[in-house]
Order: sequence, then structure tokens, then C-alpha cells
Amino acid sequence: MSRRIIGPFNRVEGDLEVQLDIEDGQVNDAWVVSPMYRGFEQMLHGKKPTDAMSYVPRICGICSVAQSVAAAYAIADAQGIQVPKNGELATNLILANENLSDHLTHFYMFFMPDFTREVYQHEPWYAGVKMRFTAVKGTAAKDMLPARAQFMHMMGMLAGKWPHTLSIQPGGTSRAITAIEKVRLLGIIYQFRSFLENTLFGDKLESIANLSSAKDLQAWAMQDAHRKSDLGLFLEIADSLNLADMGNATDHFMSFGVYPVAGKNLFKAGVWKDDIVSPLQPETIKEDVSHSWMKNGDKPKHPHEGVTIPDPDMKDGYTWCKAPRLGGDVVEVGALARQIVNGHPLIQSLIGQSGGNVRNRVVARLLELALVVIEMETWVKAIRPTEPFYHLTSMPDEAEGAGMMEAARGSLGHWLRVKNGRILNYQIIAPTTWNFAPRDAHGQLGALEQALLGAPIREGEETPVSVQHIVRSFDPCMVCTVH
Amino acid sequence: MTNKLNLLWLQSGGCGGCTMSLLNAESPDALGCLDMAGIHLLWHPSLSLETGQSVTNILHAISAGEIKLDILCLEGSVVRGPNNTGKFHMLAGTGEPMMHWVEGLSAQAEYVVAVGTCAAYGGITAAGGNPSDACGMQYDGEKKGGLLGVDFRSRANIPVVNIAGCPTHPNWVTDTLAEIAMGDFTEVNMDYLGRPRSYADQLVHHGCTRNEFYEFKASAEKPSDLGCMMEHMGCVGTQAHADCNTRLWNGEGSCIRGGYACINCTAPGFEEPGHTFTQTPKIAGIPIGLPTDMPKAWFVALASLSKAATPERLKKNAVADHVEIAPSIHLKSKK
Repeated sequence: MSRRIIGPFNRVEGDLEVQLDIEDGQVNDAWVVSPMYRGFEQMLHGKKPTDAMSYVPRICGICSVAQSVAAAYAIADAQGIQVPKNGELATNLILANENLSDHLTHFYMFFMPDFTREVYQHEPWYAGVKMRFTAVKGTAAKDMLPARAQFMHMMGMLAGKWPHTLSIQPGGTSRAITAIEKVRLLGIIYQFRSFLENTLFGDKLESIANLSSAKDLQAWAMQDAHRKSDLGLFLEIADSLNLADMGNATDHFMSFGVYPVAGKNLFKAGVWKDDIVSPLQPETIKEDVSHSWMKNGDKPKHPHEGVTIPDPDMKDGYTWCKAPRLGGDVVEVGALARQIVNGHPLIQSLIGQSGGNVRNRVVARLLELALVVIEMETWVKAIRPTEPFYHLTSMPDEAEGAGMMEAARGSLGHWLRVKNGRILNYQIIAPTTWNFAPRDAHGQLGALEQALLGAPIREGEETPVSVQHIVRSFDPCMVCTVH
Repeated sequence: MTNKLNLLWLQSGGCGGCTMSLLNAESPDALGCLDMAGIHLLWHPSLSLETGQSVTNILHAISAGEIKLDILCLEGSVVRGPNNTGKFHMLAGTGEPMMHWVEGLSAQAEYVVAVGTCAAYGGITAAGGNPSDACGMQYDGEKKGGLLGVDFRSRANIPVVNIAGCPTHPNWVTDTLAEIAMGDFTEVNMDYLGRPRSYADQLVHHGCTRNEFYEFKASAEKPSDLGCMMEHMGCVGTQAHADCNTRLWNGEGSCIRGGYACINCTAPGFEEPGHTFTQTPKIAGIPIGLPTDMPKAWFVALASLSKAATPERLKKNAVADHVEIAPSIHLKSKK
């Protein structure tokens, strides 16, 4: 048995270290370490609640809008207000713009380059993948970066800039959209749709959205036009490397729900386990800090009562990340969780076949690119330029609120308590806090820690490639994780 | 390859948003910009293939002088806490505080570049009680010093270049790196706070689309209103150094065009304005922060005069989220 420390673990957002016990050519035990602490929850203490809107997007440069939306929801909840329909639609568009761009960045820049490693040089697909996905120099980045940047012109128009906008507010959005701007927004989406259809999928978005089973997907991938697309290439690799057998975690999935239109989420909230979707019970969320570098670890606390007191000398601590649990259980969050909770037939079939794993996490993300772009077109058309985007709001001196939504990487929650007009407590649980949590007081491993068990190690490997696929399949965001 | 410049990019106490913003570069894209400038990436946390030991090998080789380091970029603050141990950010896989790595590597670099306000001055990570004891590479807020000290000069005999901004505009970074690569960047190109003058010698106010409202002091009262945001909404675009309204973000944006205040994110200490970000502090009804280089008495006099002369169109439109009154049309033929 030998303990191996892997870091800096890059092509994830932020800093990550993974420690492994390796035995008989496979991972026998794993510890996931978030090595950086900044302390946003401490910073926010004593501030005016509305100032959270300037601070929280800066928790994360890749989930910046998601942080803004969660904060706006939490404050709106504390204020007891509803945003006008236009504000809701504009917020959805800005959030979708970020979430989809993140999915794209993950696939092209973070995840795929690992298949260009020399260990794969004898695979039949190697030459093509190396040309296309070599880090920094591959042809795929040259195609993707301009498409992503042009898609993000939507941020320029609706959010001023990305990351770190203030256009998302508890009362709606600060940037009204005119009739002619609806046309321009549709143009931006049209251009992005073309990239997805020509390069990523080699097929219409509707065809991807309508894939309804694992068998369907397999048949789709066999067709010539599809095989040559980037998704086709990934499916070929996934097949040849058995990525569906890699990185299974808990198969217990959670989604907070996202993209509300008139009170109804496009992707619903809930919890999936053993083929059953049950309602989410937010009151059962508790954060355990028994293995974190955090004080006050006597018992797990709901984020409304949560405390954050860092201490690098805690005896059993090995990470700055807390360990959130749902009713005491470890759950996985992300696009795969969102789509199984929402009951997409393709994801139901894939999970039925092989559970949560490297392949299925990636497929779910790409599926969302198709599903959400189609929806963005309807949101733009539904905007009524003559109606308001923002309702004036006021903050009570004493209040409590929660903002729960889905970022690209999964469930994001902000919990806020206000006293004498100031923030008394602000607690954040980010998607990767769920996925990359440490052990809890009962010894339950976090989701990634579980997913790493049994990962195969090749002869002489310093930084096992299977571990890299598994870690990156979660699309972790470490700066959000600890905040 | 031999005459390419080697660039190492590290991240510490920040959000990674300056890298994400960099990826918004267009014509050429971010990677194209680096290629055009003749810059070779030794390693970048979001872009490079190398993970784990192959990264620490590169870092050790640079420290030992085996690999030449032309440009060191740090994104994110230097994290010194707790109690100056740097334990709030240990570089993964090394068991060493990141601040020690940054200090050691800075000594090897021809140019040291702080990317973003965090790396330059401490930035948002230093907000509130500054729980992680964050500072900049060569500044702690407005005070010179920071991690590397007042007298630090990199091997090219130049202080740390502070590409401040939260985040940085992609082209503030690509332009500055290209200027460095061309050998055209000297201390003359830096302002008093170490920022590239190419963008910092301008004001956010320049090119503001709400200028007509500003001229007549027709002010917005709530988010989504079209009027000038200086009087009530906390906008400090008339004092903030940057070219956001002439260069534009994500194709066509800026904070002000997005309907919210400029919060002066290129300045040290922007993270603690001393008042609510989106509310203008006033004394006797007059905003405290007045436009840069403008005598106060003149501003007050001109403001009250222009307020008295505000056309109805601007008064109405300033507090609406769409144009309620269009500009009147002047015909050559008199009726």
C-alpha cells in the first residue's frame, strides 16, 4: 500500500489535491483535498444584504452568474418579493448563457485533452483525437473559443460583462430588453446553434434532445455524419475505454431545480434514488465538519445555523471543504443529477444501464447544451419589451432567506440571516462542495472519494489517467467549493 | 521555439475569473493572442495538459534556473494567513505555501505580472476583515509593499505590472503581454499604481452612453432606469481608470451599459468603498465623490444650472426602462 499525492490537479477551476492509497493496481482509498480558503462567509458578516450582490459573484470566475442568481433569490426570499416575468426570463437567459458556456469549456478545454496522453497512442482513435484536442494547440479549441466568445455577446448585452455582473438583482434585472434587441439575441443563439449542430453534434439540436435510450444513442453514434462530430468522437472513446465502468459514486442524485418561468422550473427540483424521484427536503441538509479544517464540529448544522471558523490545525481535518449531507446521505449533483431528476428518457436509460459514471456525466452535459439552447429561443420570444424587468424592493431589518438553484455543476444554495439591517450569517453550499466533500463523522466518503475507489492504475503511472478522467468528469469548481 | 517567451501562469487567492475573461478574447482568440505575441505557455492551470508531478517538475526546473522564465503571471491575491503561515493556500502536491512559491519564482522572472485587482492589490479577497490576510504582489491595498516589497524589481528591472480589474478585460492582458513580448513595455508604460497606461490613462466615463443624462443631471433612481447613475446609484465611472466604455466587454457591454454602477474595480481598495456599492453617499444632497480633476464649486454650480435646464425628454427617460420620449425632429422647412 502506498499513499500518493496528486497535485496541482489542473484543468479544474481552482486548486485541487487528491490523495490515493494504491493497492493491487487500483485505488484502494481516496482523500479529496481543497487546499485554498478565502472566507467569503466571514467577509459578508455585518455587510448590508444588497452588498452581497457585489461580493458573491466574485467567489467564482466560472460560476459567477450562478452565485449572483442564488444571492438574488436568497435576498428576494428574505424580502418576500416576486420578480416580474421579464426579469425572470432575462435572468434565465444570462444564467443559461453561463451554464452552457461552462459545459462547453469543460468538454473542450478541461476534459477531452486527457485522451491525447501517450498512454493511448495505440488506440485506433488516437491520431484524430491528438490533432483535435491537444491542449493549447488542438484544432478543437480554435473552433470552440470563437463560438463561445460570440455566444457570450449575450452577456455583453444583458449583463454588461462576464464574469461579475450586477445586472441580476433581487427585484429582477437592471437591463431592459427592447424589441429590436430580441432579434439580436435570437441572432446570437442562432450562431451558437450552428456551431453546436455543425461541430459538436453533427446533427440538429432537436435530434439530440429527442434521443430516448442508450440504444438510441448507440445507433445515433454509428451514423457517419455523427461519428465524425466531437460527440461522436467522445462516444467512440467512451466505448473503447469503457468509461461507463469508471467513476461510479452513490447513484443518489439531487437537484434544486432551475430556470423558473412563472413559478415552474424547466428542470425540476428533487432527489433520485433507486428509480424513484422524491421531493427535495431542504431542511434535511446539514454540513458536517468533522474532517474539515473547521472549528465547531460538535454536530452537523443546517446552513441557517451554519458557522465557518477556519483552523488549519484541526486534528482530523484534511480539507477546507465542509461535508454537506442530505438526510445524512452523500448525494451527487450536476447535469447528470439534474436530468435524471427531471426524467429525461436518455439519462434514465443510461443510468439504468450503468449508473453514474464518467461517460454518463459527460453525455448529460452535452445533452443539456441541446435542451437549453432550444429553450433560450422560447424565452427570448416570450419577453414583453413594454413590461417591467425590475420591481423596486426594500429590505426588512430582520429576515431570513434561502436561494436554491442549479449552477452548471449542480445544486447551489445561499442561506441568509439579516439582523438590524445587516447580514448576521451568510452560508453557501456550492455544487462541488457536495461532490468533493470529505468524509463525515460516520466515516462516509464524499461522492468523488467513492467514485475513485477501484480506479485502475497502469504500470508505472505517476498521475493515473483513470483518476484524471474520473475527477474531471465531475467538472469540479474548487473556488466555489470552499469560497 | 527558441526565441519564444516562456510564460508561467499561477493562481492563488482569487476566483479564476481573469482566466475565464481571457477566454472571451476575440480576433484573435486567447490562444491566438499568445501565439501571435510569440509566447509559449510553460504551464497554465486551466489550459495546460500537465498535471501533478509534471507540473512540480516544471516549477523546480524554473527555480533551479534550468528553464528560463520570461513572464510570471499571478492571478488571485497572495494569501498570507493564518498568522503569516500561508496555510490558507498550500500549493497542491507540494506541501508548501503558495506565497513561498510565488516569491521564489518571482526572483527568476524577467517580468512579473499581477493579473487582476486581487493579485495587484489584494482585491475582493481582502474584503471585510480580510480573513485570509490577502495582499497583492507589490501592494497591500494602496500601500506599496505586498509580498515582494517596495523595492522589488524583476530581472528586466521593472516593478510588478498591475493589470488591475475585477475581472480584467481580456485585451488588457493580451495587449500588455504582447507589448512585453515585443520589448516595448517599460516603466513609462505604467501609471502611479503600476497599471498599464494603455487602458488606465482613461476614465470609464469616456464613451458612456448615458452621457446626455449626465450632462443634465437626469438621474436613475432604481435598477433598470436609463438615467445617469452617479447621483443615486453609486456609479464612480467619472473617477475610475479604465476604457470600459470605449473598448467594451463581450462584444458590446460594460457595467454601465448593463444597467449598473461602475464600482471602480481597477482601483486598490475598491472592495471596501465605505458605503453600499450601489448607493451614492452624499453630504447635504451632494455626492461625495465628484468627477476627477473637477473643482467642487464649479461642479456644484454647473450641476444646479444643468438640472434647471433638463429637457422633459431626459427627465422622463431617466426614470424609465425604455425610451418614453424620443428626441424631437428638426425639419429644415419651417411650418
